Amino acid sequence: MSDWLPTASLEAMKARAELMSTVRAFFAARNVLEVDTPQLAHYGVSDPHIQCIPVPGYGYLQSSPEYHMKRLLAAGSGPIYQTCKAFRDGEAGGRHNPEFTMLEWYRPGFALKDLIDECLALFAELFPGATSQHYHFRALFHHVTGLDPLKAEDSALIACAEQHGAPSDLDKAAAVDYLMATQVETALPAEQLTVVNDFPGWAAALAQTHQDRDGAVVARRFEIYYRGLELANGYQELTDPQEQRRRFEQDNILRQQHGLNIMKADDYLLNAMDQGLPPCSGVAVGVERLLMAGQGSDRIGQVLTFPWDRA
Amino acid sequence: MANYSTSEFKSGLKVMLDGDPCSIIENEFVKPGKGQAFNRVKLRNLKSGKVWERTFKSGDSLEGADVMDVAMQYLYSDGEFWHFMDQTTFEQKAADDAAVGDAKLWLKEEDVCEITLYNGEPLSVTPPNFVELEIVETDPGLKGDTAGTGGKPATLSTGAVVRVPLFVQTGEIVKVDTRTGDYVGRIKG
Repeated sequence: MSDWLPTASLEAMKARAELMSTVRAFFAARNVLEVDTPQLAHYGVSDPHIQCIPVPGYGYLQSSPEYHMKRLLAAGSGPIYQTCKAFRDGEAGGRHNPEFTMLEWYRPGFALKDLIDECLALFAELFPGATSQHYHFRALFHHVTGLDPLKAEDSALIACAEQHGAPSDLDKAAAVDYLMATQVETALPAEQLTVVNDFPGWAAALAQTHQDRDGAVVARRFEIYYRGLELANGYQELTDPQEQRRRFEQDNILRQQHGLNIMKADDYLLNAMDQGLPPCSGVAVGVERLLMAGQGSDRIGQVLTFPWDRA
Repeated sequence: MANYSTSEFKSGLKVMLDGDPCSIIENEFVKPGKGQAFNRVKLRNLKSGKVWERTFKSGDSLEGADVMDVAMQYLYSDGEFWHFMDQTTFEQKAADDAAVGDAKLWLKEEDVCEITLYNGEPLSVTPPNFVELEIVETDPGLKGDTAGTGGKPATLSTGAVVRVPLFVQTGEIVKVDTRTGDYVGRIKG
Protein backbone atom coordinates (compact mmCIF):
# COMPACT_ATOMS: atom_id res chain seq x y z
CA MET A 1 0.00 0.00 0.00
CA SER A 2 1.28 3.45 -0.88
CA ASP A 3 -1.42 5.49 0.91
CA TRP A 4 1.04 6.49 3.64
CA LEU A 5 2.63 8.84 1.10
CA PRO A 6 1.71 12.56 0.87
CA THR A 7 -0.42 13.54 -2.15
CA ALA A 8 1.25 16.95 -2.53
CA SER A 9 4.51 17.16 -4.45
CA LEU A 10 7.56 18.82 -2.88
CA GLU A 11 6.97 21.74 -5.31
CA ALA A 12 3.42 22.13 -3.96
CA MET A 13 4.72 22.17 -0.37
CA LYS A 14 7.28 24.85 -1.31
CA ALA A 15 4.56 26.87 -3.06
CA ARG A 16 2.53 26.85 0.18
CA ALA A 17 5.51 28.04 2.22
CA GLU A 18 6.13 30.85 -0.30
CA LEU A 19 2.47 31.84 -0.32
CA MET A 20 2.44 32.11 3.47
CA SER A 21 5.47 34.40 3.48
CA THR A 22 3.93 36.57 0.71
CA VAL A 23 0.74 36.89 2.77
CA ARG A 24 2.64 37.79 5.95
CA ALA A 25 4.72 40.42 4.15
CA PHE A 26 1.60 41.85 2.49
CA PHE A 27 -0.23 42.40 5.79
CA ALA A 28 2.86 43.49 7.73
CA ALA A 29 3.40 46.26 5.15
CA ARG A 30 -0.21 47.38 5.68
CA ASN A 31 -0.08 47.28 9.48
CA VAL A 32 -2.70 44.56 9.76
CA LEU A 33 -2.11 42.55 12.93
CA GLU A 34 -1.74 38.77 12.72
CA VAL A 35 -3.94 37.12 15.36
CA ASP A 36 -4.75 33.65 16.58
CA THR A 37 -8.22 32.49 17.73
CA PRO A 38 -9.54 29.13 18.98
CA GLN A 39 -10.47 26.29 16.66
CA LEU A 40 -12.35 24.47 19.41
CA ALA A 41 -15.23 26.45 20.92
CA HIS A 42 -18.55 26.15 22.74
CA TYR A 43 -20.54 27.51 19.79
CA GLY A 44 -20.55 26.81 16.07
CA VAL A 45 -21.90 28.69 13.05
CA SER A 46 -25.69 28.64 12.53
CA ASP A 47 -25.58 28.94 8.70
CA PRO A 48 -27.86 26.13 7.46
CA HIS A 49 -25.45 25.37 4.58
CA ILE A 50 -22.44 24.81 6.83
CA GLN A 51 -22.27 21.85 9.22
CA CYS A 52 -19.81 22.03 12.11
CA ILE A 53 -17.98 18.97 13.34
CA PRO A 54 -19.08 18.42 16.97
CA VAL A 55 -16.52 17.45 19.60
CA PRO A 56 -18.32 15.56 22.40
CA GLY A 57 -17.79 17.15 25.80
CA TYR A 58 -16.53 20.41 24.31
CA GLY A 59 -18.52 21.94 21.48
CA TYR A 60 -17.49 22.35 17.86
CA LEU A 61 -14.46 22.61 15.64
CA GLN A 62 -14.75 26.05 14.05
CA SER A 63 -15.92 26.31 10.44
CA SER A 64 -14.39 29.79 10.26
CA PRO A 65 -12.67 32.18 12.70
CA GLU A 66 -15.35 34.81 12.04
CA TYR A 67 -17.12 34.95 15.43
CA HIS A 68 -13.89 35.14 17.42
CA MET A 69 -12.34 37.73 15.11
CA LYS A 70 -15.42 39.93 15.39
CA ARG A 71 -15.06 39.79 19.19
CA LEU A 72 -11.49 41.02 18.80
CA LEU A 73 -12.72 43.87 16.58
CA ALA A 74 -15.39 44.82 19.15
CA ALA A 75 -12.65 44.84 21.80
CA GLY A 76 -10.74 47.41 19.76
CA SER A 77 -8.11 45.33 17.97
CA GLY A 78 -8.06 47.44 14.81
CA PRO A 79 -7.36 45.68 11.46
CA ILE A 80 -6.59 41.95 11.92
CA TYR A 81 -5.87 38.84 9.85
CA GLN A 82 -5.07 35.20 10.41
CA THR A 83 -4.49 31.98 8.56
CA CYS A 84 -5.94 29.00 10.37
CA LYS A 85 -7.47 25.60 9.90
CA ALA A 86 -11.22 25.44 9.45
CA PHE A 87 -13.45 22.35 9.58
CA ARG A 88 -16.70 21.51 7.77
CA ASP A 89 -18.62 18.30 8.11
CA GLY A 90 -19.43 16.45 4.90
CA GLU A 91 -17.39 18.66 2.60
CA ALA A 92 -15.10 16.30 0.73
CA GLY A 93 -14.43 16.08 -2.97
CA GLY A 94 -12.20 17.30 -5.76
CA ARG A 95 -12.13 20.84 -4.41
CA HIS A 96 -13.09 20.28 -0.78
CA ASN A 97 -11.51 18.69 2.24
CA PRO A 98 -13.27 18.61 5.65
CA GLU A 99 -10.18 20.31 7.11
CA PHE A 100 -8.76 23.20 5.12
CA THR A 101 -6.82 26.43 5.52
CA MET A 102 -8.54 29.79 5.70
CA LEU A 103 -7.03 33.23 5.30
CA GLU A 104 -9.43 35.71 6.85
CA TRP A 105 -9.06 39.43 7.45
CA TYR A 106 -11.11 42.37 8.74
CA ARG A 107 -10.76 46.06 8.01
CA PRO A 108 -12.54 48.53 10.33
CA GLY A 109 -13.65 51.59 8.37
CA PHE A 110 -13.42 49.84 4.98
CA ALA A 111 -16.43 49.86 2.67
CA LEU A 112 -16.87 46.69 0.62
CA LYS A 113 -15.25 48.33 -2.41
CA ASP A 114 -12.09 49.16 -0.42
CA LEU A 115 -11.78 45.55 0.65
CA ILE A 116 -12.29 44.27 -2.91
CA ASP A 117 -9.40 46.54 -3.96
CA GLU A 118 -7.18 45.19 -1.19
CA CYS A 119 -8.09 41.62 -2.08
CA LEU A 120 -7.17 42.25 -5.72
CA ALA A 121 -3.88 43.83 -4.59
CA LEU A 122 -2.99 40.61 -2.74
CA PHE A 123 -4.04 38.48 -5.73
CA ALA A 124 -1.89 40.67 -8.02
CA GLU A 125 1.14 39.54 -5.98
CA LEU A 126 0.05 35.90 -6.10
CA PHE A 127 -1.06 35.85 -9.76
CA PRO A 128 1.13 38.39 -11.57
CA GLY A 129 -0.43 39.79 -14.72
CA ALA A 130 -4.00 38.56 -14.10
CA THR A 131 -6.63 41.14 -15.10
CA SER A 132 -9.88 41.66 -13.20
CA GLN A 133 -13.49 42.31 -14.15
CA HIS A 134 -16.44 43.30 -11.95
CA TYR A 135 -20.05 42.08 -12.23
CA HIS A 136 -23.29 42.39 -10.31
CA PHE A 137 -24.64 38.96 -9.39
CA ARG A 138 -28.02 39.74 -10.86
CA ALA A 139 -26.75 40.90 -14.28
CA LEU A 140 -24.21 38.08 -14.56
CA PHE A 141 -26.76 35.42 -13.67
CA HIS A 142 -29.25 36.89 -16.12
CA HIS A 143 -26.61 37.07 -18.86
CA VAL A 144 -25.72 33.38 -18.55
CA THR A 145 -29.11 31.80 -17.77
CA GLY A 146 -31.53 34.30 -19.32
CA LEU A 147 -33.37 34.60 -15.99
CA ASP A 148 -33.42 37.36 -13.38
CA PRO A 149 -32.54 35.57 -10.12
CA LEU A 150 -34.41 38.13 -8.02
CA LYS A 151 -37.53 38.82 -10.09
CA ALA A 152 -38.13 35.69 -12.20
CA GLU A 153 -40.94 33.34 -11.14
CA ASP A 154 -39.74 30.68 -8.68
CA SER A 155 -41.11 28.02 -11.03
CA ALA A 156 -39.04 29.34 -13.98
CA LEU A 157 -35.82 29.23 -11.96
CA ILE A 158 -36.60 25.75 -10.63
CA ALA A 159 -37.50 24.48 -14.14
CA CYS A 160 -34.26 25.91 -15.54
CA ALA A 161 -32.23 24.15 -12.81
CA GLU A 162 -34.03 20.86 -13.51
CA GLN A 163 -33.31 21.22 -17.25
CA HIS A 164 -29.64 21.32 -16.28
CA GLY A 165 -29.84 18.17 -14.19
CA ALA A 166 -30.82 19.45 -10.74
CA PRO A 167 -32.74 17.20 -8.35
CA SER A 168 -36.49 17.80 -8.51
CA ASP A 169 -37.30 19.02 -5.00
CA LEU A 170 -35.33 22.30 -4.91
CA ASP A 171 -36.71 25.59 -3.64
CA LYS A 172 -35.95 28.87 -5.43
CA ALA A 173 -32.78 29.70 -3.46
CA ALA A 174 -31.36 26.21 -4.00
CA ALA A 175 -32.21 26.39 -7.73
CA VAL A 176 -30.29 29.68 -8.00
CA ASP A 177 -27.38 28.10 -6.06
CA TYR A 178 -27.41 25.14 -8.42
CA LEU A 179 -27.40 27.28 -11.57
CA MET A 180 -24.71 29.53 -10.11
CA ALA A 181 -22.44 26.56 -9.38
CA THR A 182 -23.06 24.54 -12.52
CA GLN A 183 -23.77 27.15 -15.23
CA VAL A 184 -22.57 30.60 -14.22
CA GLU A 185 -19.27 29.76 -12.48
CA THR A 186 -18.26 27.48 -15.34
CA ALA A 187 -19.00 30.24 -17.90
CA LEU A 188 -16.58 32.74 -16.32
CA PRO A 189 -13.34 33.38 -18.25
CA ALA A 190 -10.72 31.25 -16.49
CA GLU A 191 -7.80 33.62 -16.90
CA GLN A 192 -9.52 36.64 -15.38
CA LEU A 193 -10.12 37.51 -11.73
CA THR A 194 -13.90 37.81 -11.73
CA VAL A 195 -15.41 39.87 -8.92
CA VAL A 196 -19.13 39.27 -8.34
CA ASN A 197 -20.98 41.47 -5.85
CA ASP A 198 -24.50 42.28 -4.67
CA PHE A 199 -25.58 38.69 -4.00
CA PRO A 200 -29.31 38.01 -3.44
CA GLY A 201 -30.56 39.09 -0.03
CA TRP A 202 -31.36 35.52 1.01
CA ALA A 203 -27.64 34.68 0.55
CA ALA A 204 -26.48 37.48 2.83
CA ALA A 205 -25.22 35.24 5.68
CA LEU A 206 -23.59 37.90 7.92
CA ALA A 207 -23.42 40.68 5.33
CA GLN A 208 -25.38 43.92 5.38
CA THR A 209 -28.25 44.16 2.93
CA HIS A 210 -29.56 47.09 0.92
CA GLN A 211 -32.02 47.67 -1.93
CA ASP A 212 -30.76 47.88 -5.48
CA ARG A 213 -32.21 50.27 -8.09
CA ASP A 214 -35.26 48.04 -8.63
CA GLY A 215 -35.94 47.78 -4.93
CA ALA A 216 -34.73 44.15 -4.75
CA VAL A 217 -32.92 43.23 -1.52
CA VAL A 218 -29.26 42.43 -2.20
CA ALA A 219 -26.36 41.64 0.11
CA ARG A 220 -23.17 43.69 0.39
CA ARG A 221 -21.23 40.55 -0.33
CA PHE A 222 -18.67 39.70 -3.01
CA GLU A 223 -16.92 36.65 -4.33
CA ILE A 224 -13.82 36.43 -6.49
CA TYR A 225 -13.37 33.61 -9.00
CA TYR A 226 -10.22 32.66 -10.88
CA ARG A 227 -9.41 29.66 -13.05
CA GLY A 228 -12.79 28.11 -12.29
CA LEU A 229 -12.29 28.35 -8.53
CA GLU A 230 -14.11 30.44 -5.96
CA LEU A 231 -11.21 32.07 -4.10
CA ALA A 232 -12.71 34.73 -1.83
CA ASN A 233 -15.98 35.54 -0.10
CA GLY A 234 -16.28 38.97 1.52
CA TYR A 235 -18.89 41.05 3.34
CA GLN A 236 -19.57 44.49 4.49
CA GLU A 237 -20.22 43.12 7.94
CA LEU A 238 -23.51 43.20 9.72
CA THR A 239 -23.00 45.24 12.92
CA ASP A 240 -26.57 45.49 14.25
CA PRO A 241 -26.97 43.03 17.18
CA GLN A 242 -30.77 42.89 16.80
CA GLU A 243 -30.44 41.91 13.12
CA GLN A 244 -27.77 39.38 14.13
CA ARG A 245 -30.21 37.83 16.67
CA ARG A 246 -32.88 37.70 13.97
CA ARG A 247 -30.51 35.89 11.56
CA PHE A 248 -29.57 33.32 14.21
CA GLU A 249 -33.30 32.66 14.66
CA GLN A 250 -33.93 32.59 10.91
CA ASP A 251 -31.04 30.13 10.39
CA ASN A 252 -32.45 27.84 13.04
CA ILE A 253 -35.93 27.93 11.51
CA LEU A 254 -34.35 26.82 8.23
CA ARG A 255 -32.22 24.23 10.02
CA GLN A 256 -35.34 22.79 11.64
CA GLN A 257 -37.17 22.66 8.28
CA HIS A 258 -34.26 20.70 6.78
CA GLY A 259 -33.98 18.27 9.68
CA LEU A 260 -30.66 19.74 10.86
CA ASN A 261 -29.60 20.18 14.47
CA ILE A 262 -30.30 23.52 16.12
CA MET A 263 -27.20 25.68 16.74
CA LYS A 264 -27.39 27.80 19.86
CA ALA A 265 -26.88 31.53 19.23
CA ASP A 266 -23.34 32.53 20.24
CA ASP A 267 -23.91 34.79 23.26
CA TYR A 268 -20.27 35.90 23.29
CA LEU A 269 -20.70 37.27 19.78
CA LEU A 270 -24.06 38.91 20.57
CA ASN A 271 -22.63 40.53 23.73
CA ALA A 272 -19.68 41.82 21.72
CA MET A 273 -22.03 43.29 19.11
CA ASP A 274 -24.15 44.87 21.88
CA GLN A 275 -20.95 46.53 23.03
CA GLY A 276 -20.33 47.66 19.45
CA LEU A 277 -18.72 46.08 16.41
CA PRO A 278 -17.03 48.88 14.45
CA PRO A 279 -18.24 49.33 10.86
CA CYS A 280 -15.98 47.01 8.90
CA SER A 281 -15.57 44.69 5.95
CA GLY A 282 -14.13 41.20 6.12
CA VAL A 283 -13.14 38.48 3.68
CA ALA A 284 -12.33 34.78 3.83
CA VAL A 285 -10.00 33.20 1.26
CA GLY A 286 -9.37 29.49 0.77
CA VAL A 287 -5.60 28.97 0.92
CA GLU A 288 -5.78 25.61 -0.87
CA ARG A 289 -7.82 27.27 -3.63
CA LEU A 290 -5.09 29.92 -4.02
CA LEU A 291 -2.51 27.15 -4.33
CA MET A 292 -4.65 25.20 -6.80
CA ALA A 293 -5.15 28.31 -8.96
CA GLY A 294 -1.43 29.16 -8.77
CA GLN A 295 -0.35 25.69 -9.82
CA GLY A 296 -3.19 24.81 -12.16
CA SER A 297 -4.23 21.84 -9.98
CA ASP A 298 -7.75 20.50 -10.37
CA ARG A 299 -7.70 18.35 -7.21
CA ILE A 300 -7.30 19.76 -3.70
CA GLY A 301 -5.25 16.67 -2.83
CA GLN A 302 -2.45 18.00 -5.04
CA VAL A 303 -1.89 20.90 -2.61
CA LEU A 304 -2.55 19.08 0.70
CA THR A 305 0.07 16.84 2.25
CA PHE A 306 -2.53 14.37 3.46
CA PRO A 307 -6.19 14.81 2.42
CA TRP A 308 -8.84 13.36 4.73
CA ASP A 309 -8.93 9.89 3.13
CA ARG A 310 -5.32 9.31 4.12
CA ALA A 311 -5.05 11.55 7.19
CA MET B 1 -30.90 -2.54 3.79
CA ALA B 2 -29.28 0.49 5.35
CA ASN B 3 -29.60 3.96 3.83
CA TYR B 4 -26.49 5.77 2.67
CA SER B 5 -26.18 9.56 2.70
CA THR B 6 -24.32 11.43 -0.07
CA SER B 7 -21.31 11.87 2.21
CA GLU B 8 -20.99 8.07 2.39
CA PHE B 9 -21.17 7.61 -1.39
CA LYS B 10 -17.92 6.21 -2.65
CA SER B 11 -16.74 4.22 -5.60
CA GLY B 12 -18.08 0.65 -5.46
CA LEU B 13 -20.99 1.34 -3.06
CA LYS B 14 -24.14 -0.49 -4.22
CA VAL B 15 -27.39 1.49 -3.97
CA MET B 16 -30.95 1.33 -5.31
CA LEU B 17 -31.95 3.99 -7.84
CA ASP B 18 -35.29 3.98 -9.72
CA GLY B 19 -35.81 0.39 -8.57
CA ASP B 20 -32.55 -0.92 -10.02
CA PRO B 21 -29.35 -1.90 -8.23
CA CYS B 22 -26.50 0.47 -9.13
CA SER B 23 -22.81 0.72 -8.33
CA ILE B 24 -21.38 4.16 -7.63
CA ILE B 25 -18.51 5.05 -9.97
CA GLU B 26 -17.79 8.64 -8.97
CA ASN B 27 -19.10 11.15 -6.42
CA GLU B 28 -18.24 14.82 -6.83
CA PHE B 29 -19.08 17.44 -4.22
CA VAL B 30 -20.26 20.77 -5.67
CA LYS B 31 -20.87 23.81 -3.51
CA PRO B 32 -21.59 27.35 -4.64
CA GLY B 33 -20.33 30.10 -2.35
CA LYS B 34 -22.33 29.78 0.79
CA GLY B 35 -25.37 28.05 -0.64
CA GLN B 36 -26.93 24.64 -1.02
CA ALA B 37 -24.35 21.88 -1.60
CA PHE B 38 -24.82 19.17 -4.20
CA ASN B 39 -23.29 15.83 -5.08
CA ARG B 40 -22.95 14.90 -8.74
CA VAL B 41 -22.88 11.16 -8.89
CA LYS B 42 -22.03 8.73 -11.68
CA LEU B 43 -23.56 5.28 -11.22
CA ARG B 44 -23.55 2.09 -13.25
CA ASN B 45 -26.91 0.36 -13.47
CA LEU B 46 -25.95 -3.21 -12.66
CA LYS B 47 -28.90 -4.62 -14.60
CA SER B 48 -28.42 -2.77 -17.89
CA GLY B 49 -24.74 -1.85 -17.55
CA LYS B 50 -25.64 1.74 -18.50
CA VAL B 51 -23.94 4.67 -16.77
CA TRP B 52 -26.27 7.23 -15.17
CA GLU B 53 -25.39 10.73 -14.01
CA ARG B 54 -27.51 12.19 -11.24
CA THR B 55 -27.28 15.23 -8.98
CA PHE B 56 -28.43 15.00 -5.37
CA LYS B 57 -28.74 17.59 -2.64
CA SER B 58 -25.96 16.91 -0.16
CA GLY B 59 -27.38 14.99 2.76
CA ASP B 60 -29.98 13.13 0.64
CA SER B 61 -29.77 9.38 0.93
CA LEU B 62 -30.34 6.25 -1.12
CA GLU B 63 -31.25 2.78 0.04
CA GLY B 64 -28.41 0.29 -0.09
CA ALA B 65 -28.75 -2.55 -2.61
CA ASP B 66 -28.38 -6.14 -1.47
CA VAL B 67 -25.60 -6.79 -3.94
CA MET B 68 -22.42 -8.75 -3.32
CA ASP B 69 -19.66 -10.27 -5.37
CA VAL B 70 -18.78 -13.92 -4.65
CA ALA B 71 -16.31 -16.32 -6.22
CA MET B 72 -18.08 -19.42 -7.59
CA GLN B 73 -16.99 -22.36 -9.68
CA TYR B 74 -18.71 -22.90 -13.03
CA LEU B 75 -20.24 -26.38 -13.18
CA TYR B 76 -22.27 -26.82 -16.37
CA SER B 77 -25.01 -25.39 -18.56
CA ASP B 78 -28.33 -27.13 -19.16
CA GLY B 79 -29.02 -24.92 -22.16
CA GLU B 80 -31.31 -22.56 -20.22
CA PHE B 81 -29.27 -21.91 -17.08
CA TRP B 82 -25.60 -21.82 -16.21
CA HIS B 83 -24.87 -23.45 -12.86
CA PHE B 84 -22.26 -22.24 -10.38
CA MET B 85 -21.14 -23.56 -6.98
CA ASP B 86 -19.71 -21.87 -3.90
CA GLN B 87 -16.61 -23.94 -3.18
CA THR B 88 -16.82 -23.53 0.59
CA THR B 89 -20.56 -23.96 1.24
CA PHE B 90 -21.25 -26.10 -1.90
CA GLU B 91 -24.34 -23.98 -2.41
CA GLN B 92 -25.35 -23.80 -6.07
CA LYS B 93 -26.82 -20.90 -8.04
CA ALA B 94 -28.35 -20.91 -11.52
CA ALA B 95 -27.68 -17.87 -13.72
CA ASP B 96 -29.95 -17.12 -16.67
CA ASP B 97 -28.91 -15.87 -20.09
CA ALA B 98 -29.34 -12.18 -19.13
CA ALA B 99 -27.03 -12.60 -16.12
CA VAL B 100 -24.38 -14.59 -17.98
CA GLY B 101 -24.41 -12.36 -21.06
CA ASP B 102 -21.16 -12.32 -23.03
CA ALA B 103 -19.38 -14.18 -20.25
CA LYS B 104 -20.81 -17.40 -21.69
CA LEU B 105 -18.16 -17.20 -24.44
CA TRP B 106 -15.46 -17.74 -21.83
CA LEU B 107 -17.00 -20.22 -19.40
CA LYS B 108 -15.02 -23.40 -18.96
CA GLU B 109 -16.09 -26.04 -16.48
CA GLU B 110 -14.26 -25.82 -13.13
CA ASP B 111 -13.06 -22.25 -13.75
CA VAL B 112 -13.78 -19.87 -10.88
CA CYS B 113 -15.84 -16.80 -11.85
CA GLU B 114 -17.00 -13.73 -9.97
CA ILE B 115 -20.76 -13.79 -9.57
CA THR B 116 -22.60 -10.62 -8.59
CA LEU B 117 -25.62 -11.60 -6.50
CA TYR B 118 -28.62 -9.28 -6.16
CA ASN B 119 -31.07 -10.33 -3.43
CA GLY B 120 -29.21 -13.64 -3.47
CA GLU B 121 -29.69 -14.32 -7.20
CA PRO B 122 -27.03 -14.00 -9.94
CA LEU B 123 -27.16 -10.57 -11.59
CA SER B 124 -23.98 -10.81 -13.62
CA VAL B 125 -21.05 -13.12 -14.22
CA THR B 126 -17.44 -12.03 -14.67
CA PRO B 127 -15.13 -14.73 -16.08
CA PRO B 128 -11.50 -15.04 -14.96
CA ASN B 129 -9.24 -12.47 -16.68
CA PHE B 130 -7.45 -15.28 -18.50
CA VAL B 131 -8.94 -18.56 -19.69
CA GLU B 132 -7.41 -21.53 -21.49
CA LEU B 133 -9.62 -22.98 -24.20
CA GLU B 134 -9.24 -25.53 -27.00
CA ILE B 135 -9.40 -24.52 -30.66
CA VAL B 136 -12.12 -26.57 -32.35
CA GLU B 137 -11.78 -25.05 -35.78
CA THR B 138 -9.28 -22.90 -37.68
CA ASP B 139 -7.81 -22.85 -41.19
CA PRO B 140 -4.53 -24.77 -41.46
CA GLY B 141 -1.79 -22.17 -41.39
CA LEU B 142 1.35 -21.98 -43.46
CA LYS B 143 4.26 -23.97 -42.12
CA GLY B 144 7.16 -21.87 -41.02
CA ASP B 145 5.10 -18.75 -40.24
CA THR B 146 6.05 -17.99 -36.69
CA ALA B 147 5.92 -14.23 -36.78
CA GLY B 148 2.18 -14.21 -36.30
CA THR B 149 1.64 -11.33 -38.69
CA GLY B 150 -1.97 -10.86 -39.66
CA GLY B 151 -3.29 -13.97 -38.04
CA LYS B 152 -6.52 -15.85 -38.70
CA PRO B 153 -9.82 -16.49 -36.90
CA ALA B 154 -10.12 -19.54 -34.67
CA THR B 155 -13.28 -20.93 -33.08
CA LEU B 156 -12.88 -22.08 -29.47
CA SER B 157 -14.74 -24.86 -27.65
CA THR B 158 -17.11 -22.28 -26.10
CA GLY B 159 -18.03 -20.82 -29.49
CA ALA B 160 -15.88 -17.69 -29.03
CA VAL B 161 -13.92 -16.59 -32.10
CA VAL B 162 -10.48 -15.05 -31.53
CA ARG B 163 -7.66 -14.03 -33.85
CA VAL B 164 -4.66 -16.33 -33.50
CA PRO B 165 -1.27 -16.46 -35.27
CA LEU B 166 -1.12 -18.54 -38.48
CA PHE B 167 0.96 -21.32 -36.89
CA VAL B 168 -1.66 -22.20 -34.24
CA GLN B 169 -3.65 -25.31 -35.16
CA THR B 170 -6.98 -26.99 -34.40
CA GLY B 171 -6.81 -29.06 -31.21
CA GLU B 172 -4.31 -26.77 -29.50
CA ILE B 173 -5.07 -25.00 -26.20
CA VAL B 174 -4.72 -21.21 -26.24
CA LYS B 175 -4.75 -18.61 -23.50
CA VAL B 176 -7.13 -15.66 -24.03
CA ASP B 177 -7.62 -12.36 -22.18
CA THR B 178 -11.39 -12.30 -21.55
CA ARG B 179 -11.45 -8.51 -20.99
CA THR B 180 -10.32 -7.80 -24.55
CA GLY B 181 -10.91 -11.12 -26.33
CA ASP B 182 -7.23 -11.14 -27.39
CA TYR B 183 -5.09 -14.23 -27.91
CA VAL B 184 -2.26 -14.23 -25.36
CA GLY B 185 -0.34 -17.43 -26.13
CA ARG B 186 -0.28 -21.16 -26.74
CA ILE B 187 -0.38 -23.61 -23.87
CA LYS B 188 2.12 -26.35 -24.56
CA GLY B 189 0.52 -29.75 -24.00
